[in-house]
Amino acid sequence: MSGSRRVTVVFSVLLAGCLSASVLLLRRLDQARTDATLEEVLYISSPKALKRLSLGYDGLLADIYWTRAVQYFGSKHHAGARRYDLLAPLLEITTALDPHLLVAYEYGANFLAPKAPGGAGMPERAIELEEFGIHNNPNEWRLYYNEGFIRYMELKDYAGASEVFARGARVPNAHPFLAILAGKMAEHAGDQQMARMMWSTTYQTTKDNNVRANAAAHLRALQVDEDVANLEALTGRYQQQTGRFPASFSELEAAGLLRGTPRDPFGHTYQVMPDGRVEVRTPDDFPFIQKGTPPGYVPPLAPKFLPAD
Amino acid sequence: MRARIAHIASNTFREAVRDRVLYNLIVFALLMSGASILVGQISINIERLVVINLGLTAVSLFGMVIAIFIGIGLVSKEIEKRTLYTVLSRPVRRWEFIVGKFFGLAGTLVVNTFFMAIGVFAALLYVSHSFQKPDAWVLVALYFIILQFLIITALTLFFSSFSSPLLSAVFAFSLFVIGSFAEDLRGFAGITQGVTRWLATGAAYLVPNFSALNVISSVAHSNPVSGQLILYNSAYALVYATLAISGAVLVFEHRNLK
Amino acid sequence: MAAIEILGLEKTYSVGFWRKKPKYALRPLDLAIEEGEVFGFLGPNGAGKTTTLKLLMGLIFPTAGTARILGMEVDDPKMKAQIGFLPEQPYFYDYLTARELLEYYGQLSGVDPKHRSRKVDDVLQRVGLPQVGGVQLRKFSKGMLQRVGIAQAILHDPRVLFFDEPMSGLDPMGRREVRDLMEQLKHEGKTIFFSTHILSDAEALCDRVAVIHQGELRGVGAVADLTSSVHGKVEVVWQGTAVPASLRALGAECHITGDTVRAVLSEANQDTALEALRRERMRLISVTPVRTSLEDYFIQKLQPGVTVGARA
Repeated sequence: MSGSRRVTVVFSVLLAGCLSASVLLLRRLDQARTDATLEEVLYISSPKALKRLSLGYDGLLADIYWTRAVQYFGSKHHAGARRYDLLAPLLEITTALDPHLLVAYEYGANFLAPKAPGGAGMPERAIELEEFGIHNNPNEWRLYYNEGFIRYMELKDYAGASEVFARGARVPNAHPFLAILAGKMAEHAGDQQMARMMWSTTYQTTKDNNVRANAAAHLRALQVDEDVANLEALTGRYQQQTGRFPASFSELEAAGLLRGTPRDPFGHTYQVMPDGRVEVRTPDDFPFIQKGTPPGYVPPLAPKFLPAD
Repeated sequence: MRARIAHIASNTFREAVRDRVLYNLIVFALLMSGASILVGQISINIERLVVINLGLTAVSLFGMVIAIFIGIGLVSKEIEKRTLYTVLSRPVRRWEFIVGKFFGLAGTLVVNTFFMAIGVFAALLYVSHSFQKPDAWVLVALYFIILQFLIITALTLFFSSFSSPLLSAVFAFSLFVIGSFAEDLRGFAGITQGVTRWLATGAAYLVPNFSALNVISSVAHSNPVSGQLILYNSAYALVYATLAISGAVLVFEHRNLK
Repeated sequence: MAAIEILGLEKTYSVGFWRKKPKYALRPLDLAIEEGEVFGFLGPNGAGKTTTLKLLMGLIFPTAGTARILGMEVDDPKMKAQIGFLPEQPYFYDYLTARELLEYYGQLSGVDPKHRSRKVDDVLQRVGLPQVGGVQLRKFSKGMLQRVGIAQAILHDPRVLFFDEPMSGLDPMGRREVRDLMEQLKHEGKTIFFSTHILSDAEALCDRVAVIHQGELRGVGAVADLTSSVHGKVEVVWQGTAVPASLRALGAECHITGDTVRAVLSEANQDTALEALRRERMRLISVTPVRTSLEDYFIQKLQPGVTVGARA
């Protein structure tokens, strides 16, 4: 083998070896440094300072912080976290760097405001975030919707929510739904129907996959809660008629109380328990349900992020 | 073989010194002394923080600029001026030339960093009157900065083995910037889907990872650096520099010299 | 064993960005140069001389063919320790002094450190630069750099020397000195392969020459053979302004310049012509046999359509 060919072979082997070794080492480094990119938030938590440090490339830096925020929440959520202390500063930095990044405000309304495990449980900071957004983007109806949503869902502040929806409805090109929401807020306070309307609006108008998945999960939970309530009413009536609870839905069918076998939003059949309660077969798939779970059911630490559709 | 590499390396070092590269130390010294005097007068509790942040950032930037601007000329200048002809007509293999050049520039940067480190510690002593135990982590941060230099030098050498000096500088500098966000890039790749995910993941693992090598703000806050991180970072820098040099050798080995 | 063996060495470049056309820098070349020989590689600028030398030095890679120097591959470090190369218009690390440069090259060539310093002194002396060893090369003139170039090529006492245009950039004195130096190297038994477009240098130094034009070998031969008197003609020069009629009758080609006349005629008519001049009381200046000069040979070989006459 000529000298030159030997050099080629040796260095090709070296190249391939080093390439694989570098990938392995990177994985190790990532494991050793979880959340390392977030350290900065602890050091430079002032969005103003960061904006100055970005030397005018604040748009790019905003995108980086936005990615960090999504990743932070996603990975912690996946690991079943109960606290999301950095989510608020991350979103605040992101929006300070780019006040027009609307998706960040939406993310705040959907994940910063709700209680754990669905969110960081900081509705006040989420509202501050929305107000900052409205101040910078007064013509975006979505931001008013976000704030009203937080006030309604988390704070049960129906008057406040109605007021924000009304403000949003006056914005040019506002979604017509805002005016309806503003009006119905008071009369339908705490209504399941109301909640369903709002989650559907979120689901239909959002452009963010996580927000959409979250809305879908809420809608499915509302559906299950409603189904279970209806079905349990039927088993109760059956017991009144026959003196015992039905063993299956076919008995309810035979008694003319029900047509067809009822299925949950994922297509699984519901099941009747001996005490007349109705349960879903896979409660882990429905992170937000209030009804239909076995007695003493503990939701899993890490709720599944289920597909949006 | 080892002797020839050493001779080429020391000649490269001599060239850098005679081309007055080390003059940057004067600018650095002025910067450090000016900064420490200013900081000493205005702030009370954050002198150490500012001196470490500013000092280490300056060490890193000065070194990067030197690494890139000398690195791009290492091979192309020798081809341009045909000084390479009389070297390669001697019992010197092309790969020995590349490796020698790498060590020469790396050595220059180590010496340069050594003097800058003295400047940083002098400024630290000036503002806090005594050394504290956490100052030892500053040494680790400096070591990581040198590891960054090794990677960027190897990369610049790789680019200059096939492209023009200007383009090499642009490539190397872009990779430095991208590499500083390497962890974000891998995070970003993680939340994409399908083909994009494959491409993004591949790219994210191929760019040099400078983010793990940057512990400046962490040591400025007197946080310790884990032994595990030191170990992995050392191994990574070694492996990545070898990777880039192997690429440079493979290109250069088959290149027709103009 | 031949010192340099070239077998079908060929180099083509692709020219053009979109539709690549091949450009022949060197058509298949066959040459063999014996040890101890001084070989001149002649050709106009751009003929392919430098390309050949770069191929032999392993600086560029052949499209086809091989070459061996001292029986070894062109990338063999063992061979490279035994050769010296002077590139065309050499340029060196200008931040070094001449002595530092030679020391560095001595290190790379593996010259024994014990003798290195003495060898550097010797070689500086030999190329006529003993006083400027401590001066940085950026202060050197073109001619001085050429001498440094020769110094670095012979520093490690190589067996085979490759010089690309060794006389270029030198003043007449310098050319003379370099010529003498090459003469000495020849006496020391070195093989010298050098390219030039200055024919008088080649004529004075070479055992054999090759003529190359447009990347193609046009002829190879011993200088002694090429310049021998093949035509059997003499040149007669005398003082005067006219040509006697009797001389014209002999079929002489005559040129009158000022008060001298130069006539070329066949050797057989030499006596008759001299007799005629004496009769006319012309003052004879010289009678010399006409030799084909290397220049004639060279010009002839550059004509289009001429193929390789004698292969080496």
